[in-house]
Amino acid sequence: MPDLRDLYQEVILEHSKAPRNFHTIAQANQKAEGFNPLCGDHFTVYVTVDGDAIQDIGFQGSGCAISKASASMMTQAVKGKSKAEAKKLFDTFHKLVTTGEANGDRNDLGKLAVFSGVSEFPVRVKCATLAWHTLQAALEGKQEKVSTE
Amino acid sequence: MTTAAKLPSTGSSARAFATGFDVEKIRRDFPILARDVRGKKLVYLDNAATSQKPRVVIDALSRYYELENANIHRGVHFLSELATAEHERARQTVQQFINAADAKEIVFVRGTTEAINLVAQTYGRVHVGAGDEVLITAMEHHSNIVPWQLLCEEKGAKLRVAPINDDGELLLEEFAKLLTSRTKIVAVAHVSNALGTVNPLRQIIQLAHQKNIPVLVDGAQAVPHMKVDVQTLDCDFYAFSSHKMFGPTGMGVLYGKASLLEAMPPYQGGGEMISSVTFEKTTYNKLPFKFEAGTPNIAGAIAMGAAIEYLNAIGMSKIAAYEHELLEHATRKVSAIPGVRLIGTAKEKAGVLSFVIEGIHPHDVGTILDQEGVAIRTGHHCAQPIMDRFGIPATARASFAFYNTKEEVDALANGILKVQEVFA
Repeated sequence: MPDLRDLYQEVILEHSKAPRNFHTIAQANQKAEGFNPLCGDHFTVYVTVDGDAIQDIGFQGSGCAISKASASMMTQAVKGKSKAEAKKLFDTFHKLVTTGEANGDRNDLGKLAVFSGVSEFPVRVKCATLAWHTLQAALEGKQEKVSTE
Repeated sequence: MTTAAKLPSTGSSARAFATGFDVEKIRRDFPILARDVRGKKLVYLDNAATSQKPRVVIDALSRYYELENANIHRGVHFLSELATAEHERARQTVQQFINAADAKEIVFVRGTTEAINLVAQTYGRVHVGAGDEVLITAMEHHSNIVPWQLLCEEKGAKLRVAPINDDGELLLEEFAKLLTSRTKIVAVAHVSNALGTVNPLRQIIQLAHQKNIPVLVDGAQAVPHMKVDVQTLDCDFYAFSSHKMFGPTGMGVLYGKASLLEAMPPYQGGGEMISSVTFEKTTYNKLPFKFEAGTPNIAGAIAMGAAIEYLNAIGMSKIAAYEHELLEHATRKVSAIPGVRLIGTAKEKAGVLSFVIEGIHPHDVGTILDQEGVAIRTGHHCAQPIMDRFGIPATARASFAFYNTKEEVDALANGILKVQEVFA
């Protein structure tokens, strides 16, 4: 039986209460909106891309603890990384939250490994991945609103 | 995580309230209520989404398929006659349940949603034209918004919305002002699924009828909780779903006044709804079959009839009285928890307790309560405009049926304390 402690880890609760990079970026050259209307999670991700590097990233909006903490920790994890590195990290993260496993890539995840418990709560995968899908859309310059529902 | 502190007991451990309602006996009629979920006793508080089914309904479904299954209305053989008789007996059961004047005013559909779409696409397409208006309220379910939007878009008509106050009550004066010569139909919920508000239907209908405007009532959330009398209400259409009133899914009812139904064009074409077909011309069947194209949900109709007979045996007035006490208990208990705000505080309410907890998203509330075995709904409850009206993304919603107990309400309250503890 899944344990609540696996999902609501201290690090996750802390980030949900005090999210990092929780602001708009006036000079951002990429942004995208993510919205899950059924649960009401709604975020905008702002990115300043310099060449291939994610120089700065921020986000705004509201949502559940999982979606907000995921967005917060994502911004910390991808800042300074290349677009390709961010994409690879997302793939690893996605595997983690859907299967609980990340194989040899687990070291790449760093603090993001606290989200492994999400895999025991399948309906919450959409919360944990909303910001990541939104970031991808921003990096790819997509205009339409992102949803993971 | 430590175990949540228990709320102080409210006194008597008796499960029945003053009404002397034997809820323990009733609970034994519902097999699912005996099961565990996640190692905890199931506390099912998601009745506004769908209700559980009593043994008599489950038995009616299997009895039909084991002993009576045949297509209806056309057969000459024994089983077809039997199935037809049972199907039409269910129609009479519905007629008496809502006190319709005639069984032909009972149209069987898939559910409330289909019933409303039927009226929008038949009555609506004939009577609503460019520049006309359809009037709804700010507390409607999406299924009583979108069918009218589709109609208005097609016809160049306008959807008008009567506002509500901060308690979630309809502003009747504003509603009355919106009734004009352009208004062609009013569509209103009897009970709001997201707020629990019971609308003043008699007044709404009288105001509309003074201007000769027909009224469709979305009764999905009312029929399981109170006695509905369509003739006393004098509504023109009344829609409801079987699965929210302890019957099977995929089954519902559209009541319509015979004079209106007679004048309406058919909804779908096919078998059953015709009386004769040539390639040149088809004449339509009489009521209610004109609106029932194709082989219907025969088992569903019969089992819905069984659900109604079950409700009748208990008595809707007893059910309403018990649920009133249960909701009052829940309202007291949950609103007493610091940091909890109720959404929907109308004077007249039924069945629903929507709330938000300061600093905690409803989705997290739902996940943590689920671990305690407490099933509630979180989200916008297919009523996004209401969420916008109250400036919130979502609510947590506990919704009750007559098989719920005071102890289950207490389990909800203790679960909320646990949620707050996790996020402390």
